[in-house]
Amino acid sequence: MTQPMSPQGKERPIKASEIDPNFKYELQKIHGLENFLHCFQCGTCTSDCPVARFSDNYRPRTLIHMAQLGLKNQVLTSDTLWLCAACFTCTDRCPQNVDVAKAIQVFCNLAAENGYMPQLFRDQAQNLIETSYIYKIPEVRIKKRETQGLPPLPKNNPNTIKKLLKNIKFFKHIQQQTPQQLLGENKNASQ
Amino acid sequence: MHPNKWLLFLGCAIPYRVSSYEISARKVLAKLDVELVEMPEFNCCGLPLNPVSHETMMILAAKNLAIAEQQNLNILTLCPGCAITLKKVNKTLNEDQTQKNKINHHLKKATLEYKGTTQTKHLLQFLKENVGIEKIKTTIIHPLTNLKVAEHNGCHILRPKKLITFDDPEDPQTLKTLIEATGATCLDYTDKTQCCGAPSVGINDKIALQLAHNKLSHIKQVNAQALITICPFCHIMYDTNELRIEKTFNEVYGIPILHYPQLLGLAMGIAPSMLAFEELRVNAQKITQQFAMQGTKDHE
Repeated sequence: MTQPMSPQGKERPIKASEIDPNFKYELQKIHGLENFLHCFQCGTCTSDCPVARFSDNYRPRTLIHMAQLGLKNQVLTSDTLWLCAACFTCTDRCPQNVDVAKAIQVFCNLAAENGYMPQLFRDQAQNLIETSYIYKIPEVRIKKRETQGLPPLPKNNPNTIKKLLKNIKFFKHIQQQTPQQLLGENKNASQ
Repeated sequence: MHPNKWLLFLGCAIPYRVSSYEISARKVLAKLDVELVEMPEFNCCGLPLNPVSHETMMILAAKNLAIAEQQNLNILTLCPGCAITLKKVNKTLNEDQTQKNKINHHLKKATLEYKGTTQTKHLLQFLKENVGIEKIKTTIIHPLTNLKVAEHNGCHILRPKKLITFDDPEDPQTLKTLIEATGATCLDYTDKTQCCGAPSVGINDKIALQLAHNKLSHIKQVNAQALITICPFCHIMYDTNELRIEKTFNEVYGIPILHYPQLLGLAMGIAPSMLAFEELRVNAQKITQQFAMQGTKDHE
């Protein structure tokens, strides 16, 4: 198999030591991915994917295939994972009832647990902890609501969110880990 | 549960930068005798963080649901992403006692408990099922005859289909019917149900803009005078970015992007200034001048 995910576009043989034969079975145990191994590579997901249409390397079918083959590390460090728009077209149209969008979300979750994720999500998580929303709503916007005839936003206690998420693995990582560079991540392109 | 009293869930994007949607939605819902109650406290629905932590998403959504349950009211959202997330978590927790216990174990830290007694609807489903097309038609005093528009449903109002009970994701009718109720014509176009590209903003802007550009070009092909959206993110994608898309792809669209409540409000005879038309980035004066000439003053 070639490596379409290779950031430099270089192809090289895959070593047996790079393969995790249990990866597919671990995935199959996750709620929603029971049908994961039913994928027979028809390509409906990729051909219906709005992002794949405009991306040179985001291919949901390839990601599923790589996961089935046990190329765990390459799947989880791939920057293309994060291009999924979660539109669920692939999930709705898969003739084998594979929840493709769920599979991509699981890959992204596993990648994030290992510190691989675009900066955007770190920023949003930080905003959430500070304000209860994923954006920092500017003070002028909050004040403007009155002149617009809108009721004020409720007073949230950000400590509640902190308390609730304190033990979640992901938030521990956000606070402790230094960001990992995604395969092929181009800092200028992902701005 | 009170049938006409609903908790309005705003989510993050609307108070952040799409107040025109909130202003116009509140105006038309008041005309339709819907009483909105403010959420006493709410946080992000959870959806934006689902790619990085499914567990976080579940906790955030369940917290919102638990607060709504305390009010003994159902939730009405303007954002399809919020609606599908709250629906999904409600369904998952109601069907899976182990998950429910796990989430409640977290919520206990905030002295909250999720029971599973509140349902969530997005504005579109709410207008169809709870208000009804017939009632909406009785409020139209200034039909928008001769106005030809295109619809953009967006993804989360229609997919995944296992969570959608009120429409067909491959051939959606609800928004079209609601648009036609205003007297306007709803045009068909290529790739009508395709994603706007908004979720890719900040990850790969080039792809995001290409998706929006692709849709706008199909909308231009059928000579639509406006595009009607029902999602704050889709609206940002088209309205805020239209100029940027025009520059990037050397195209001219000039297609105003209206929230559905703005369109409905015009047909109800509400003045454009009351529907926050001035907040739109793409100038919609051609439409407001043409369709809000008569019947507006008396109804402000």
